[in-house]
Amino acid sequence: MSGTGPREAVFPTRMNLTLTKTRLKGAQTGHSLLAKKRDALTTRFRTILRKVDEAKRLMGRVLQLASFSLAEVTYTAGDIGYQVQESVRKASYTVQARQENVSGVVLPAFDGVRSKDASDFNLTGLSRGGQQIQKCRDTYVKAVGTLVELASLQTAFTILDEVIRATNRRVNAIEHVVIPRLDNTIKYINSELDEMDREEFFRLKKVQGKKKRDAEKADESRQGQNEEYRAQGGEVHRDEGIRGGDAGGADMLDQGKDDDVIF
Amino acid sequence: MAATTTNPKDRTLLAVIGDEDSVTGLLLAGIGHIDQNQKKNFLIVDAKTQTGVIESAFQDFTERKDVAILLINQHVAERIRPTVDRYQAAFPALLEIPSKEHPYDPAKDSVLKRVQKLRGD
Repeated sequence: MSGTGPREAVFPTRMNLTLTKTRLKGAQTGHSLLAKKRDALTTRFRTILRKVDEAKRLMGRVLQLASFSLAEVTYTAGDIGYQVQESVRKASYTVQARQENVSGVVLPAFDGVRSKDASDFNLTGLSRGGQQIQKCRDTYVKAVGTLVELASLQTAFTILDEVIRATNRRVNAIEHVVIPRLDNTIKYINSELDEMDREEFFRLKKVQGKKKRDAEKADESRQGQNEEYRAQGGEVHRDEGIRGGDAGGADMLDQGKDDDVIF
Repeated sequence: MAATTTNPKDRTLLAVIGDEDSVTGLLLAGIGHIDQNQKKNFLIVDAKTQTGVIESAFQDFTERKDVAILLINQHVAERIRPTVDRYQAAFPALLEIPSKEHPYDPAKDSVLKRVQKLRGD
């Protein structure tokens, strides 16, 4: 029997065969769709991978520049660290998440938003170094912009990585588990049905043979009885079927027409 | 994908753990925020800061629902490297940034390590 390998626990019937065939077709469609999705995601992933790599390197340079401009500030205005830290109230630079859809995967992307009333630290460096501080601020805002961009790339990278892995798992599961199992089930049902067919054929032949034998036997015994009866002087009647015997069914329609009934 | 259950649109803040200069610069750009409970979204680390403090701040920032991006100086991340490497969630995005004294070393970055590994094969 070709039930080798795992298969579904179903009864080998024609209905189950049809059902399993439909399921196999569905699994194959799903497999090709998932494979396509995986390819699309991988393409996207490669692009993001390259971008992350580039952005990380760019970030190093940008932040170096920013640190340098902060050093300039420290040189002209003295240490402003404490002042800045104490005057923090509310974030003027925030990020907004935006969603992007790649083959059914939602990738968030961040956009840096600078609120209009970005007037914190206006008093910082009032006495000296105000210009440097302004410059430094702009440099850092730019740097943060780069960081935000990098963060969205990185988030996309993390999510895509996860989704691709999940998709891969599904593709492999369908390819190596679900499809072979359905294949096995179909083979099993087919072989069982064939087996049943052969058994049925054999049974019919057997039944036919038996019937023939029984008929012959009955015929023989009847002949014997008839002979016996005749030997005793009896007369053997035969059933001639319709219109055969004395009371054989005459055709009523053939009889003469009835008289009309007149009241 | 447990971290993505909260709506990313609610996340608007950047948080930072780093040395004084990095934090000052970033605060100057306007990312600093103090909420109603007087909770800051930044932590200044110097040589005297205990590793446990950094660790708990890291946990705190990664668990906060309003933080979209967590910036951490690379040399600070180096001190709590096991925790950083274990962090895999998408939100908040973890970004290792260089500091003034410590130039950027791509080989140490937990994300770049993964990038390199994936590009390698």
